[in-house]
Amino acid sequence: MYAFEYRRPASLAEAVSLLSQAEEGKILAGGQTLLPTLKQRLARPTELIDLSKVPELKGIREDGGALVIGAFACHAEVGASDLVKRRIPALADLAVHIGDRQVRALGTLGGSIANADPAADYPAAVVALKGTVKTDLREIAGDDFFTGMFETALNPGEVITGVRFQAPDKAAYAKFRNPASRYAIVGVFVARFGNEVRVAVTGAGPSVFCVTDMEAALAKDFRADALSGVAVSANGLNGDIHASPEYRAHLVTVMAKRAVEACA
Amino acid sequence: MANPTGIGASVRRREDQRFLTGRGTYTEDIKRPNQTHVHMLRSPYAHARIRGVNAADALKAPGVVAVFTGADMAADNVNSLPCGWLIHSKDGSPMKEPPHFPIARDKARYVGDIVAVVIAETREQAKDAAELIDVGYEDLPAVVSLRQAVDGSAAQVHDEVAGNLCYDWHLGDAAAVDAAFAGAAHVTKLDLVNNRLVPNAMEPRAALGEYDPATGEHTLTTTSQNPHVIRLLMGAFVLGIPEHKLRVVAPDVGGGFGSKIFHYGEEAIVTWAAKKVGRPVKWTAERSESFLSDAHGRDHLTHAELALDKDGNFLALKVSTLANMGAYLSTFSTSIPTYLYATLLAGQYKTPAIYAEVKALFTNTAPVDAYRGAGRPEACYLIERLVEIAAREMGIDKTEIRRRNFVPAEAMPYQTPVALQYDTGDFAKNLDMALPAVDYAGFAQRKAEAAKRGRLRGIGFATYIEACGIAPSNVAGALGARAGLYESAEVRFHPTGSVTVFTGSHSHGQGHETTFAQIVAERFGIPIENVEIVHGDTAKVPFGMGTYGSRSLAVGGSALVKAMDKVERKARKIAAHLMEAAETDIEVKDGRFTVAGTDKSVGIGDIALAAYVPHNFPLDELEPGLDEQAFYDPKNFTYPNGCHVCEVEIDPDTGVVSVESFSAVDDFGRVINPLIVEGQVHGGIVQGIGQALFENCVYDEDTGQLITGSYMDYCMPRAHDVPSFAVSWHEDQPCTHNPLGVKGCGEAGTIGAAAAVMNAVIDALAEHGVTHLDMPATPEKVWRALNQSRPAMAAE
Ligand SMILES: Cc1cc2nc3c(=O)[nH]c(=O)nc-3n(C[C@H](O)[C@H](O)[C@H](O)COP(=O)(O)OP(=O)(O)OC[C@H]3O[C@@H](n4cnc5c(N)ncnc54)[C@H](O)[C@@H]3O)c2cc1C
Repeated sequence: MYAFEYRRPASLAEAVSLLSQAEEGKILAGGQTLLPTLKQRLARPTELIDLSKVPELKGIREDGGALVIGAFACHAEVGASDLVKRRIPALADLAVHIGDRQVRALGTLGGSIANADPAADYPAAVVALKGTVKTDLREIAGDDFFTGMFETALNPGEVITGVRFQAPDKAAYAKFRNPASRYAIVGVFVARFGNEVRVAVTGAGPSVFCVTDMEAALAKDFRADALSGVAVSANGLNGDIHASPEYRAHLVTVMAKRAVEACA
Repeated sequence: MANPTGIGASVRRREDQRFLTGRGTYTEDIKRPNQTHVHMLRSPYAHARIRGVNAADALKAPGVVAVFTGADMAADNVNSLPCGWLIHSKDGSPMKEPPHFPIARDKARYVGDIVAVVIAETREQAKDAAELIDVGYEDLPAVVSLRQAVDGSAAQVHDEVAGNLCYDWHLGDAAAVDAAFAGAAHVTKLDLVNNRLVPNAMEPRAALGEYDPATGEHTLTTTSQNPHVIRLLMGAFVLGIPEHKLRVVAPDVGGGFGSKIFHYGEEAIVTWAAKKVGRPVKWTAERSESFLSDAHGRDHLTHAELALDKDGNFLALKVSTLANMGAYLSTFSTSIPTYLYATLLAGQYKTPAIYAEVKALFTNTAPVDAYRGAGRPEACYLIERLVEIAAREMGIDKTEIRRRNFVPAEAMPYQTPVALQYDTGDFAKNLDMALPAVDYAGFAQRKAEAAKRGRLRGIGFATYIEACGIAPSNVAGALGARAGLYESAEVRFHPTGSVTVFTGSHSHGQGHETTFAQIVAERFGIPIENVEIVHGDTAKVPFGMGTYGSRSLAVGGSALVKAMDKVERKARKIAAHLMEAAETDIEVKDGRFTVAGTDKSVGIGDIALAAYVPHNFPLDELEPGLDEQAFYDPKNFTYPNGCHVCEVEIDPDTGVVSVESFSAVDDFGRVINPLIVEGQVHGGIVQGIGQALFENCVYDEDTGQLITGSYMDYCMPRAHDVPSFAVSWHEDQPCTHNPLGVKGCGEAGTIGAAAAVMNAVIDALAEHGVTHLDMPATPEKVWRALNQSRPAMAAE
């Protein structure tokens, strides 16, 4: 790890101002991605701005028919929240299957989506649950937020404050996890809002995507069997030593069916 | 009354108190005043000529004390790390033994090879400065896989080793095997890979070098399984330090699995550098360094053929193996795919003729050496896969074909065609115990029930026998070992009757502090609280060979018994004197010395007191004191054996294999502490399951970069990946040639498990025409095997 200055602002305004003044500032949330990166000397920020004391980023609350989860909510908190379990149980279930206990105790929603790891779980929920990403400057529709592998619509210095998730009628997340890292090799989040169905896939491609054929098929007939003939192409999907693009493509259908079954 | 802390008692591990409460003392915990830190600058290239190392900027960096290169070590006449076992090729020529310098001199030969070291006030300063070192690398083509290494056109890892061939060795009777094949009714053939593994001890390697100019004494504290071996190898061969000026300490060590047997360059570097800079020098590996630089395990490519008669009797076995040595010969690397592998190819079977050829090859990868089981898991996996394939091909039940071919218990001692002589074993009994335990008869029903749930269920067996308790020194010596393989013990009674035992074996997870104390407690009728076990320090303990190959109890425990015999012999004389009786009239039981036929007796405590306060003592016949030392050199190997049975279920949609049950029936000879034995078996099974389903060390075939360089990609088995194990054993086949009748249990689980799991996986897939898969049986591999007849499925 290279030397850096450590700052711990007490408000969002202070965090934003520290970031703007920093030569090469970096936000520190749960540190579950950032710290390993620093330890391996793959990044060299001059300042780390720790968000742990910023009150505006905390908490989970209801907002009309939606849930607003603060950017600093850790996975364990989301997984254990009675409110989340009652309003969007699939989201709580997603959170308790992230990484391991240590990771869940520290890793945060904001850190996860800011990082936009192609194998992260939350992006599937943000997209499938018609989420809105709130920042210190604006609100960004979930569909527009993830722009590529490790890329988001965030501007430099922009701080995520929370995410608003719409509560669906039914939803489930089915994850095929990487046996080594526990990230998603393929994760499919299926959510049904009245006649509309969303099928968001993480892990399989460079960034989260929706499978519109599946959405259409399920909108007509919300049963796993409706997906039997619907497959995604392996073209452009990720391949690594754990799973080839073909296998990932296959798993998308398998996991989508399982998610639909779990909605029952 | 049985001693509650004696032999056979499930005494809880005494050492766990300090380990589980964070009070252990590991090498990294030791911090010396004025200590410096060394960072090893490792080659990022798999194969590169080193044109020069410019450290001018690094030397000016904050906190830097020194930078050393291979040239500095050469100038001090530092030698190559030695290889401990000389193998001769078929043609009689000795193996190729290119030098392995602690810091590379001419070329870097794997990603992780040390090219320079930086010593600084802090670890971070050393790392910062290392980035300023300019190494003039000339990137060369790399030889990564075994297939590449044997290809005549491949690059050469060592300029002087043609074809990357370290040796081309063989064992057995080729003519007899050919003749048997000519008359065979059936031949089963198999090509397999024994996948490369990273050992992953919980504690990364670490080393602390110190030099005292006042006494001229060097001290190396290191994560070693065998401190005396390190002292001998490093002192005599690498650094030229005589033993009396070199102390090696292996304090608490957090797991080894073989990877901490070997003498590593880092140990020589910190010892040498401590004198150069006049301060203690500390190194602790980061996990990434462990992946890159710990000696890896396995990595075989094998073709094998088994000849059978029409009734499924094995006639002959023919094996041809390529074994990866990595870039350099690690300490025991050369013996693993030869004398610890090919000699086990008879397994539990009376196969009359066996012939094995092994080519050991250099590649631009980390050195490969012993890893839990070391050669024996490779042999077991090969034999047991062949046996189940043959059973299926010939339509014979997989248990029946084994039963037909077992060496019968009555045939013991049994001379195999591959050099070993088994002393005891009742293989049919192991199987007989296993079958009801796993409800073999009910398997078909379980399979049908699983099918209803859309799951494929399979059952697999593995019988294994291993040669442990290495080794009779004369046999090992005749086969090329460059060391003896005895063990030492000293039993020191203190004046008031407590005991300190010094053992040359080393505990790094095995629980010696408990089991060895139980043996002493049993013998002298004292509680184990009165017995302390000391190990791991060459300044305290007599010369010992350390712990590996499940040898501690069989060899070290035997030395302990011999030392206790000597104590008892002397104590008997003292007792006779104290009770004014003839020595021949003294009877000894549970530490009480009684005059036969009388109620006159003294306890061992009284005798110890008399020995150290010799007011009433036969001083004209005996020396005072009660402190005896013994060395024990075994007469034969020991032969733990067993039968492991695994059931798996496969989800055909995803290819995920789940281990539903695992049962082990083992023969470890006499069991000292059942709790510890069970723990050893559990851990071993998990590592075997790890190899079969999860673990795989992958290098990029073009660049030689380690792809599985962290836990993000190298998959360790987790608790939730394994079922609750059913472990049992019998003790009616004790080892015949050591005093405790023990055989060893440290590696058994790993040896049997991988084969049992893979046999179960293939059994589950058999109805889909799958006959073999290489480990690890990852979800995609299984899914592809299931869909091989319709590969276009994903794109449908
Ligand atoms: C062993 C392991 C297993 C894991 N398994 C999974 C898994 O199964 N599924 C999964 O989804 N994830 C997994 N993760 C990732 C983990 O869930 C974290 O969510 C993730 O590392 C990032 O969150 P963090 O709070 O730790 O962010 P940090 O590491 O602190 O930051 C990550 C990045 O986000 C930026 N950032 C953080 N907060 C904000 C903010 N509010 N606004 C703008 N930018 C911000 C930081 O500057 C940094 O660039 C795993 C991680 C580990 C170490």
